[in-house]
Amino acid sequence: MSLGLVSVAYVVASVLFILSLGGLSHQESARRGNWYGVAGILIAMLATVAGVGADDIVSLVLAVLIGASVGIVLANRVEMTQMPQLVALLHSFVGLAAVLVGFSGYIEPLVETRGAEHTIKLVEVFLGIFIGAVTFTGSLVACGKLDGRIASKALTLPGRHGMNLAAIVVSVVLGAWFLGTDSMTSGLTALVLMTAVACVLGIHLIMAIGGADMPVVVSMLNSYSGWAAAAIGFMLGNDLLIVTGALVGSSGAILSYIMCRAMNRSFVSVILGGFGQTSSSVSAIDSDQTVQESTVDDVCEELRNAESVIIVPGYGMAVAQAQNGVSEITKLLRERGVKVRFGIHPVAGRLPGHMNVLLAEAHVPYDIVLEMDEINDDFPNTDVVLVIGANDTVNPAAAEDPGSPIAGMPVLEVWKARQVVVFKRGMATGYSGVENPLFYKDNTRMLFGDAKDSMDKLLSGLRS
Amino acid sequence: MKLGIPREIFKDERRVAATPQSVQKLIKLGYVVMIESGAGEAAHYDDEAYREAGAVIAEDTKSLWGEADFILKVRAPMRNNRLKKHEIDLMKEGAYLASYLWPAQSPKLLQRLASRKVTSFAIDSLPRISRAQKMDALSAMANIAGYRAVIEAANHFGRFFTGQVTAAGKVPPAKIMVIGAGVAGLAAIGSANSMGAVVRAFDTRLEVKEQVESMGADFLELDFGSEDGSGSGGYAKQMSPEFIKAEMALFAEQAKDVDIIITTALIPGKPAPKLITKEMVESMKPGSVIVDLASERGGNCELTEPGKVVEQHGVTLIGYTDLPSRMAKVASDLYATNLVHLVTELTPGKNGEPEVNMEDVVIRGLTVVQGEDITWPPPKPETPVKSAPPPSTEEPSPEQKQLAEDQAAARKRIGNGILLVLTVAALYGIGAYAPESFLSHFTVFVLACFIGWQVIWNVTASLHTPLMSVTNAISGIIVIGAILHLAQADNAAVGVLSFLAVLIATINVAGGFRVTHRMLKMFRK
Repeated sequence: MSLGLVSVAYVVASVLFILSLGGLSHQESARRGNWYGVAGILIAMLATVAGVGADDIVSLVLAVLIGASVGIVLANRVEMTQMPQLVALLHSFVGLAAVLVGFSGYIEPLVETRGAEHTIKLVEVFLGIFIGAVTFTGSLVACGKLDGRIASKALTLPGRHGMNLAAIVVSVVLGAWFLGTDSMTSGLTALVLMTAVACVLGIHLIMAIGGADMPVVVSMLNSYSGWAAAAIGFMLGNDLLIVTGALVGSSGAILSYIMCRAMNRSFVSVILGGFGQTSSSVSAIDSDQTVQESTVDDVCEELRNAESVIIVPGYGMAVAQAQNGVSEITKLLRERGVKVRFGIHPVAGRLPGHMNVLLAEAHVPYDIVLEMDEINDDFPNTDVVLVIGANDTVNPAAAEDPGSPIAGMPVLEVWKARQVVVFKRGMATGYSGVENPLFYKDNTRMLFGDAKDSMDKLLSGLRS
Repeated sequence: MKLGIPREIFKDERRVAATPQSVQKLIKLGYVVMIESGAGEAAHYDDEAYREAGAVIAEDTKSLWGEADFILKVRAPMRNNRLKKHEIDLMKEGAYLASYLWPAQSPKLLQRLASRKVTSFAIDSLPRISRAQKMDALSAMANIAGYRAVIEAANHFGRFFTGQVTAAGKVPPAKIMVIGAGVAGLAAIGSANSMGAVVRAFDTRLEVKEQVESMGADFLELDFGSEDGSGSGGYAKQMSPEFIKAEMALFAEQAKDVDIIITTALIPGKPAPKLITKEMVESMKPGSVIVDLASERGGNCELTEPGKVVEQHGVTLIGYTDLPSRMAKVASDLYATNLVHLVTELTPGKNGEPEVNMEDVVIRGLTVVQGEDITWPPPKPETPVKSAPPPSTEEPSPEQKQLAEDQAAARKRIGNGILLVLTVAALYGIGAYAPESFLSHFTVFVLACFIGWQVIWNVTASLHTPLMSVTNAISGIIVIGAILHLAQADNAAVGVLSFLAVLIATINVAGGFRVTHRMLKMFRK
């Protein structure tokens, strides 16, 4: 295949990728968008293989076959509640692949370069491997944290900022050495050392970030994996890789930005981690206040008499796997003519859009699942709000108490509704460690217990 | 311990202190519940329902009072004319009692209780703090009274509440003025408003303006400085003579205009203030209605007669004192729930044995007689600590704020400036020194970033997870680099490295797309 044809194929693939992302602007076009992406990758891979006329087609086919079947099996098996882990794991693969390709590119360059071009290429190799390695270990840690294998609490070593800074300085020094040397051996040594430092840096960076900041972390790693691909693209002089890497990189960056804005925190403060460790849980709650417990029967009664209901799910719903019960209740209430809607906070769950996926899995129609900005004004006209496993995202202190650690964070203003029912396991504070005055409000009732159990009981209560 | 629920003997009292639902809850607290036959009849709960709930039906009045260790009732104990004995004398010595007692108005009753060593809880002297709200029978009953006041008014009023334009002519809406926006007043406002009337409300406490407006009424304000009538504990206090004069002028003016007046004004420990004079009643349109919810305490209107409906100067004056009892079922339900909460507080061990913990502010306030001692009035509660302002709340002065904002803006400008300089320098460096081949790739890179930026902002928030997985799959495009290396590998090490890279990247591609597909399939209308 001629070089020109390969280039054209790459252009087609680039366009298909852009269309693929563009398709996600709406649910209806999203599925078609996914197919565009598949087509783009296939065209790009076939064109590449045809272009180089591989001698060793057997090992190539073998690698692709193994990889594809592993990937599909993995994707078929995963539960929707485990989606955050899977996404994080896949990020780590991109990082690892970038590291491997970077090493190959250094040992056996495909494009001959000299002079300034050579230096630039070496910088690209170095950067590609560095970003790849950080992404690799960072994503593995994120995956472990999301899976519960690693404690999700933020690990704050003393002098952690200094350690991160030291790691970066060491990497820069190694980079200078790498650029300065002509011998392949010392170059490789520098690369390997740098990779090790970057791996440690990746682990340490993510260890210092706590559970509820995971949406930011995962989208940030998404961004990194894109930049790693772009750096490799520069190394190989391959425009398709550059375009794709840039697309993915900016996608992750925007997601991180959206998540940070939803928590009213700067990106830097999230990345530097350690939030919630200050134990500054200001107890602005009067000690003589008590919560009012409710029973399943009372909640059923409330729901029967309600005309409009808003359900606000949080990570607790995902943990308890209560989404199917929620969906059944929604269906039942809608059949009885109750207006049921969902209010989703941007950082609910452990992944951007996590709640939407869980609700979609449970067959909740997406047109009643609304974003925070769309639904916040409707709470005063709502009869009953069911808060299921959410805490910080419905904390009135964020809006009312300027001294609160989460002051200024946009929250779902559920307390403006006529009646709020909070489903919760116990009185523990949310991730941020801040007391929630919502639980003590006059129009709030607490229903303690496992969310799934409560949903099942509620459902049978409503049916009878 | 045995809880006893007697039948109320006060004239026209239809409420009962326990319902079958509350009986179940009381039994769960470890008590045996005994109820007088027919106690719930007027509230439409028959003996059978109580028996099913687990209560024992007492043989007669005497045995109920004699056997019970803890009496729950509605009205304060009184003389039983049939048995020719006072109810307190029927009780066991050293028993417990929870009911309305009005300790301030009935010192003799307290003495009588103390002489029989009856530990007594007056539900009406509950401290008004948020923790105690679930036992607040006064509020629960006031809510019912407010609703019923509107219903009674509607019953005696000859027109619709809502304005209508019909083929047979136009009907104006009823205009209602509510005086006093406490629980009863607010309930009345809500009910009247939902029936379509035009509602106005007045209260000396300016803080309730928002509540009044939220219930759908206009708040009538006096053109009178800023005297606020908020007393302690959420009640009103007595106002200055000038204020009262201005207030009366407002009422006189409103009386000519409105069709219905509902008054709920009470000041704790004082007779109800006279707000509607004879002249005002005379100035009202014929057929108007006044409901005086304060009639038991003397009435807000000069002409109302407690417990009766009278017509004076063409205006119907309703002075019922038993409005909650006229809605016996719901009133009993709510009152019984208040008592269950009270008993729950008294029985922390859930073992059917009450503990009178006088350290507890709520229980201290409720207990008016303990054993032989009269413990009313309770010691003044320490001034409630208003949620202390967070430390270091020295409100920065506007100038300081302005200064801080200016500084922040300046810092931002400097930051932006530095960023701009750096960008220009970087671009200059690239343009001046980088080889041409790099520049063409660089162009592609920058443009792709911008396309990505534009495209991604359009992605709907609900599809952020699929977005992540599909970008994940796409970033598997790195497989191309791996393929290039694998296909041209001379070195065995490179061969192995790139083989692994192809494998891993393909997992990503296949897994990412597959899982995205799975997710997107689930999104449906």
